[in-house]
Amino acid sequence: MIGAEFQAIYVMWLREMKRFSRSRSRIVGVIIQPLFFLVILGFGLRGAILPGLTGDYIDFIAPGIVAMAILFSSMFTGISVLWDKQFGFLQEVLVAPISRFSIIIGRTFGGATISLLQGFIILIISIFLGVTVSSTAGLFLTIIFMVLLAFTAVGFGLILASLMRDFQGFQIIINLIILPLFFLSSAIVPIQTNENLPKFLIDASFANPLFYMVDGLRGSLTGMNWVFDPLINLVIVFIICAIMMGLGTYFFSKSEA
Amino acid sequence: MRKKIGIVFQEPALDNELTGRENLDFHARMYGLDKKNRKTRINQVLKLVDLVNKKDEYVNNYSGGMKRRLEIARGLMHHPTVLFLDEPTLGLDAQTRRAIWEYIKKMNRDEGTTIFLTTHYMDEADYLCKRIGIIDQGKILVIDTTENLKNSVGNDVITLSCDDLEILIIRIQKEPWIKNIKMYGSSLTLGVEKGEEKIPVIIEIAQSLGLKIKSISVRKPTLDDVFLSFTGKNIRIEEPEPVYKKIARRRLLGR
Repeated sequence: MIGAEFQAIYVMWLREMKRFSRSRSRIVGVIIQPLFFLVILGFGLRGAILPGLTGDYIDFIAPGIVAMAILFSSMFTGISVLWDKQFGFLQEVLVAPISRFSIIIGRTFGGATISLLQGFIILIISIFLGVTVSSTAGLFLTIIFMVLLAFTAVGFGLILASLMRDFQGFQIIINLIILPLFFLSSAIVPIQTNENLPKFLIDASFANPLFYMVDGLRGSLTGMNWVFDPLINLVIVFIICAIMMGLGTYFFSKSEA
Repeated sequence: MRKKIGIVFQEPALDNELTGRENLDFHARMYGLDKKNRKTRINQVLKLVDLVNKKDEYVNNYSGGMKRRLEIARGLMHHPTVLFLDEPTLGLDAQTRRAIWEYIKKMNRDEGTTIFLTTHYMDEADYLCKRIGIIDQGKILVIDTTENLKNSVGNDVITLSCDDLEILIIRIQKEPWIKNIKMYGSSLTLGVEKGEEKIPVIIEIAQSLGLKIKSISVRKPTLDDVFLSFTGKNIRIEEPEPVYKKIARRRLLGR
């Protein structure tokens, strides 16, 4: 029986891979969009003096863009469960003699693989563009942060997909939840170190899980502009990841096809 | 337990971005078939539903009938003992329907699979099923073989219309040779033996009552008559959910 569960995980993973490799527009889209942010913003604002920023802006924004690429791609995979719901494929998977846990694990691994692939492409491009890399150990830690971020975002996407019935609310969720979280994570501009911002906004930004991931990525990759020590961030991010995955699994197993 | 059951849903449940073969392969993997079995079985079921040439095309490019056939093939992939088909020919053209009927017959014969199917179409049930159950308002009203069900209505069915049905019914109910009597709208259906001989008798009765018969016909009973006699209402083909009335037919194999 264990073999069948592994097979099920593999099937779900393979399916994600095949679907992704076949939709060219998705491949191009998810790489071009973060690249735009990185190049236009990174070079456009290079040398600009932003409140709360030390050093070069491109060093600041590169980890933020890597986080963005992973975040949006992973969430998309999580939410794509909704498509399966609407097109009926989920029923077929749910009646199969495999546990729901395997379905989730397979899907999560699939989604995380794709988003990590994108994250790495952005990371490599930004290193080519001259982004400072603090150390080999830092780079290694960066990868760990990327993995954790990928899993957290897939988990979050799964929660949304399980709670939503169709795509009606999808745009609202992007605008009302994802974008505020993203901007308040100081991925694009410094938040916590910027004294011009109202205090409640800075306080609120500490409640943003994404902030710890971006801050951790930044601290480990460039070693600049970080608020908390990367290792402290690592612990926090790990806990957030575990909670999100747990909740995602819980909500998915409660949901109906 | 789940390995013994195959299901084909009413709504299509295929992955459109995969090819037909991949859909079958993923299904087989989830049901624990090993590599060699998967390959031979995929070819077998594809042959059964005539999709061998289309196996490497994306399901997106399949027609509705082809999708349906692929789903039936997928339901059979893991050698289920029982296969459930939920309205297998809903919304398909007459030609495709015929073809799917043939596939269903074939898999029942060749694979020895017991098949349960639900349908709204009487001719489908008549053609495919050995045993039929009629469900109305969520209750099973009757389960029997097609033959017995038809016989229960009477050997022949006479349909007639005339100016005052009520008077005729009251009079005709007293006749001992009437097996079954039902009124639908402006027409009356009678279940009788030897229908041809009863027509003159009925006309005589009507004339003695001073009633004018507008039309009268005699025919062999169909499942429609069976259905109507059990539910007492006209069949509703499709309703927006929930479907209160539904006919379920079952086919049980005596193997």
